[in-house]
Amino acid sequence: MTTSGSLRAARPGLGPLAVPGALAVAILLLTLLGPLAAPHDPLAVDLTARFEPSSLTHPLGTDHLGRDILSRLIAGARTTLGAVAAALALVVALGLGVGAVAGMLGGRTDAVLMRLCDVFLTVPTFVLALFLIGAFGTGLVNVIAAIALSHWAWYARIVRGLVLELKTRDYVLAARIAGAAPPTIFVEHVLTGVLPPLVALATLDIGHMALHVAGLSFLGLGVQPPTPEWGVMINEARAFFWTRPLLVVWPGLAIALAVLAFNRLGDALRDRLDPTLVAERGL
Amino acid sequence: MLRFAAVRLALIPPMLLGVSILVFVMLRLGQGDPALDYLRLSQIPPTDAALADARVLLGLDRPLVVQYLDWLRRALQGDFGLSYVTRRPVLPELLGFLPATLELAGTALAITLAVSLPLGAWAAGHRGRWQDRLVRGIAVLGVSLPNFWIAFLLVALFSVTLGWLPPMGRGTGRGTLTHLIMPALAICLMSLSVNARLLRASMLEVGGARHVVYARLRGLSEGAVRRRHVFRNALVPVVTATGMHVGELLGGALVVETIFAWPGVGRYAVSAIYNRDYPVIQCFTLVMTAVFVLCNLAVDIAYAWLDPRLRLGGEEAA
Repeated sequence: MTTSGSLRAARPGLGPLAVPGALAVAILLLTLLGPLAAPHDPLAVDLTARFEPSSLTHPLGTDHLGRDILSRLIAGARTTLGAVAAALALVVALGLGVGAVAGMLGGRTDAVLMRLCDVFLTVPTFVLALFLIGAFGTGLVNVIAAIALSHWAWYARIVRGLVLELKTRDYVLAARIAGAAPPTIFVEHVLTGVLPPLVALATLDIGHMALHVAGLSFLGLGVQPPTPEWGVMINEARAFFWTRPLLVVWPGLAIALAVLAFNRLGDALRDRLDPTLVAERGL
Repeated sequence: MLRFAAVRLALIPPMLLGVSILVFVMLRLGQGDPALDYLRLSQIPPTDAALADARVLLGLDRPLVVQYLDWLRRALQGDFGLSYVTRRPVLPELLGFLPATLELAGTALAITLAVSLPLGAWAAGHRGRWQDRLVRGIAVLGVSLPNFWIAFLLVALFSVTLGWLPPMGRGTGRGTLTHLIMPALAICLMSLSVNARLLRASMLEVGGARHVVYARLRGLSEGAVRRRHVFRNALVPVVTATGMHVGELLGGALVVETIFAWPGVGRYAVSAIYNRDYPVIQCFTLVMTAVFVLCNLAVDIAYAWLDPRLRLGGEEAA
């Protein structure tokens, strides 16, 4: 993998990014177009058309309330991936902020911030997310907050590590000798080195976080029905699992496909943006 | 070695203390009013007088620091308060559910290690060939499928279609294994995939190291080189990752338990979170964290055993 990876990297073009990239773009387009792409209103209940099999009007059939499953899946992409995007933005902002301050200032500030990270990292991620839902309550916004707060410490740690490493570079030393203030040094000289691995890491985490969003919603603790969301759909379908297993299969397939696409994209991005990570972790 | 373990052990109480503060503060920062939830769950009409009484009863009228210290003093004696719903002491109730969850997560961990290590080594030994591709393909799928969805697929196949395995509950005697296998499989797939992939990559990396080349030059058989020099060294990152997997497996168990009606902490905690039963939420978070931290202590010790630099390196490594 290493040799073929380096050979590919030497060649211009998309290479291993092409397939997962295209799939991820397709999913994103579907997410953005959402309502326009859906054949029906995802919330339209029709009790005369419950549990309809696949047909031309309902390609994947209808659920227990006669709602079009395909439309709900498409609308669900928006909820699930939108929640992930919001959580990820918060995580990157928090991680970048805390990591940069800790790494640039060092000393006592660094020690205090890192102990804070340690506390967050001591609790298993999903248990922490569950706890935060317990503290904040259910619902989309609280899910986003819970996912963000249970993941940010990893990013702060990694950013701090990168900052500490980049700080020893000659060009950063030169900037410091020239009298630049820490914030300026960070923005102008360190940030360019921090961002590529951070982007790769964030892309790799999209799938992981999507699984958490869907998992919380599946437990009934995340996004609440009737909002179309993939985990909610599985939760609603489980009552009919014994007679209509397909109702569980479709949303799960949607989650699996999206997670797969973003995982592959993350792998390819990491190989492209951050060769050191490949060497270190050897993934 | 003993000293290394002692240093690690000494770090646990301050970590748990930190988590207990975090948990306490977050619950107070949350949107809910514990007194209101207490009355709701006790089915007392929330009049102003009742609310005031509940606040005094729950100690909410005192400063936050006093509340925390009071809570900590009792928690250290094993008293985590009474559940708002069942009115029974929280800790014994939770500990009653814990063994089932540990059994499930432990089985999943055992499957993870038993399958991922041979799988990863097999792939590394056939680099670039179909065996390698197969393992990598499984690993890519394994990290993408939601554990609760796999659980449903397993039930559909093994219980509904084939009728081989019981779809729910925890068995005793000969039924223990048949009840355990599906939930454990559902939650271990993710860790199993990550581990297999990690070991494969790690073995390929170690395989090119100088001491391995030297071992081959000395004329050692390929099998001996793999076992003694490659596999053992390649295990180090896998052991580190296993510490993280424990957290994932515990989290997975909490989700999957609801599907298999597994009598563990998961269903207890989920209903407590849904009901905003604060003492239970608090105790659940701390107990799960303690389990996680203790498992990681075991992982650290295994790590030190594998990597003598850590064991002999003294403080800076610890």
